[in-house]
Amino acid sequence: MNAPELYHLVLVACGAIAALCALACTYRVVVGPTVPDRAVALDTISTCVVGIVVVHALEADRSFFVLVAVMLAIVGFVTTVVAAKYLTEGAIIE
Amino acid sequence: MSLALSLGTAVAVAATEGAGEAGHAAAGPSALRLAVVAALVVVGTFFLCVGTIGLLRFPDVYNRMHATSKATTLGAASMFLAGFVRFGPFGAGLTSLVGIVFLFVTAPTGAHLISRAARKLDVEMYGEEE
Repeated sequence: MNAPELYHLVLVACGAIAALCALACTYRVVVGPTVPDRAVALDTISTCVVGIVVVHALEADRSFFVLVAVMLAIVGFVTTVVAAKYLTEGAIIE
Repeated sequence: MSLALSLGTAVAVAATEGAGEAGHAAAGPSALRLAVVAALVVVGTFFLCVGTIGLLRFPDVYNRMHATSKATTLGAASMFLAGFVRFGPFGAGLTSLVGIVFLFVTAPTGAHLISRAARKLDVEMYGEEE
């Protein structure tokens, strides 16, 4: 096996493992005993997805997807903040 | 272990190939750079796995947040660093650095907000419940 094939194999395997991590986090979303548990699990899933997108950018050699990953990180942060605010106060905007 | 061995062989094989192609114009990144990218992605995947295992195994919300907010941030930041190594210091590489800074600023903020929400919802700490 030559070097570029090995490089692509390592990247695809890492992306698959990160996807399995995101899938395992859904267990905590579904089962999680309290609501903050679910919020933490959703935050972890969004971070895993950011990692998967960066790995895809490397594997497909398209630098555009790095920008997509940053945007997903921003959306994940806003989601977390809104979820926490809704949990504490029962309303997002007073 | 075997992964580290195969990475080492990748570097060795790529070095010999690069020596053969030294006369031509370089199309694409050098093999050493690709090896560094692969190693950083493997490290990032390891930290993502550690964070997920902590999320699944720890007993209460605060412990789970302790596991995920640090390990997962480090994993994603390592992957962004791989993007910086691959796509160079300008353009998408600069975007990767911005992504690292953004992750390090926002992940603790989000974890703090959720833990404060859990405290206000009277979620008991592990060992504190009756």
